[in-house]
Amino acid sequence: MLKKFTLGITLALVLGGSGVRAAGSEGHVDDHDFSFEGPFGSYDQEQLRRGLKVYTEVCSSCHGMKFVPIRTLGDEGGPQLSKAEVRAYATQFVQVWDQSLNDGEGDYRDALPADHFPKGGNSNAPDLSLMAKARAGFHGPVSTGINQLLKGMGGPEYILSLLTGYTGKEKTASGTTLYENTAYPGGWISMAPPLEDEIVEFEDGHKNDLKHLSEDISAFLMWTAEPKLNDRKRAGTVGVLILGLLTILLFLANKALWKPIKNREI
Amino acid sequence: MGGIPHDHYEPKSKLEKAIDSRLPIVGLLYDTIMVPTPKNLNWMWIWGIVLTFCLALQIITGIVLVMHYTPHVDMAFASIEHIMRDVNGGHMIRYFHMNGASLFFMAVYTHMFRGLYYGSYKAPREITWIIGMLIYLLMMATGFLGYVLPWGQMSFHGTAVITGLFGAIPFVGETLQSWLLGATAVGQPALNRFFSLHYLFPFLIAGLVIVHIWAFHTTGNNNPTGVEVRRGSKAEAEKDTLPFWPYFVVKDLFALALILTIFMAIVGFMPNYLGHPDNYIEANPLATPAHIVPEWYYLPFYAILRAFTSEVWVVQFASFITGGIVDAKFFGVLAMFGAIAVMALAPWLDTSSVRSGRYRPMFKWWFGILVADFIFLMWLGARPAEEPYASLALIGATYWFAYFLVILPLLGVIEKPSTPPATIEDDFNTHYVKSDAANIAAPAE
Repeated sequence: MLKKFTLGITLALVLGGSGVRAAGSEGHVDDHDFSFEGPFGSYDQEQLRRGLKVYTEVCSSCHGMKFVPIRTLGDEGGPQLSKAEVRAYATQFVQVWDQSLNDGEGDYRDALPADHFPKGGNSNAPDLSLMAKARAGFHGPVSTGINQLLKGMGGPEYILSLLTGYTGKEKTASGTTLYENTAYPGGWISMAPPLEDEIVEFEDGHKNDLKHLSEDISAFLMWTAEPKLNDRKRAGTVGVLILGLLTILLFLANKALWKPIKNREI
Repeated sequence: MGGIPHDHYEPKSKLEKAIDSRLPIVGLLYDTIMVPTPKNLNWMWIWGIVLTFCLALQIITGIVLVMHYTPHVDMAFASIEHIMRDVNGGHMIRYFHMNGASLFFMAVYTHMFRGLYYGSYKAPREITWIIGMLIYLLMMATGFLGYVLPWGQMSFHGTAVITGLFGAIPFVGETLQSWLLGATAVGQPALNRFFSLHYLFPFLIAGLVIVHIWAFHTTGNNNPTGVEVRRGSKAEAEKDTLPFWPYFVVKDLFALALILTIFMAIVGFMPNYLGHPDNYIEANPLATPAHIVPEWYYLPFYAILRAFTSEVWVVQFASFITGGIVDAKFFGVLAMFGAIAVMALAPWLDTSSVRSGRYRPMFKWWFGILVADFIFLMWLGARPAEEPYASLALIGATYWFAYFLVILPLLGVIEKPSTPPATIEDDFNTHYVKSDAANIAAPAE
């Protein structure tokens, strides 16, 4: 009975873990193996750099990333640009609004590494800083959370599926053009297909078809959402090992301690 | 402290005597740590330590988080991101705190069902049980208040829904709701006071935990047989018990270490599994999420809240006889709090002469269904409010109330329990002592 209800509570945890989503209107999200998945996964630095390029040349024209400081592009585990590269990136590619300029009227200026990426220029385009954690690609089945347990939350997979999920159909609803997308809940999204084959060129000649570009930007957005993922997994591994060892030692101590009590002659 | 006879602290040196005659704190600690504990306790008696650990973990991580958090509607969400990105180790501290809440509730539910199965709530432990229920209510409040602080979408709209429940109370509801929020809607005043109370409540919990421990150290622990420790003399009591230190401390620490290993794996490898993605979107009063779902640990009671719609005849009946004062919304609120209240009343609703469920053949089944019902309701709480879930939730809620209000009182009358062992020593010897001649009547040494 006891074991049953411990099991029950554990099961309940699993069941409870799922956020509920609208049944039926859910989009279709495919699982994808990213380098940062699994207990020992970590970011692929080259992929993050390519993703940054995709963000800079495509996404940033509408979307912002206001929670991400530009300096973190140089952090270990991220795209890890050199100091000079970070500074060059900030001044070349990012313009920020500075209220102190122009006698308090405010003006745009070149960004410094200490600045955050700006808010997006388009108010309909959501901020991308946390997008990969703010969406779950996998749900259920039926609110049980089992899919998320097996495949992960699926945030980056959602972005990947969204970017590659355009069918090409369009419709106009109350003056807005909507594009059919198999991953988007409800099936119609107001964002025009942002990526296409070869829209971004890489210096090293890395593949730049739609699928590869989408993978790179999805991985990059996972990094912006969870920049400390590598550290966290390392801490998790070390923690599990130490606590596991402690568990074994305490198990043996407990056994030794109770042995005379339990094996005593009556 | 009263309780089971055992050796007390004897100050020996002059200094010890001097301290003891002025403040007998060493004696108090000694009596607490050396408290005689039934030696047949099984692995369900480890949750108290886990819970104490959780409280300490939440308070310590919480204090550090407060050093970097800003309770302002425009800055709260960004300050959390600051913790996640810039504060040294901040991401780990926050994930410990987030998942610590889940561990806390997982442990408290197991602890409560342990008490319900072994009849730990029965005389003379009613006060321990009631204090436990107060701790649980405070935990629910603290968890809710804390969930508001990151100021994400689910924080904001969840607060609107939950404080809206108070608004459903007839006559005073709206006034009460505005009083709680400090405004007519969720905003800066609510965030400030929730932050203040979220910091206060854990210390109230800590105080109640001390009283909880004091109470059961006075009555002695319950144990799997529900048979009381013999307390005629110290020698007799020692046949049934062992001192808490070292026997139960080491046992509990082993269990805690095992649980923390799993906890560490969750924090390290899947820290957002138990959370909701929508709370990584900054609060926007103008955009309501498609589904507002509370954290998993509230789901069973959330399901009960939603089960009583205006189509249910009890609700219609209540509305009719009160002249419409009790509407479906208020009925749901009453049902939710009622579901917790009936649990608190268990000591007076259970009429059985036998304490432990181990010796109650019919009770076991009904109890098993209760646990299943709890998990079922938890699942239903996460489903959309539509058929067939609404009807299923009604069935689940009905069983919850029926268990406490009908089944527990009736079982005591109609059930024929088996005979528990005469003493804890007997039970221990049959279960744990490996001896060819397990002669129960023989002396212990």
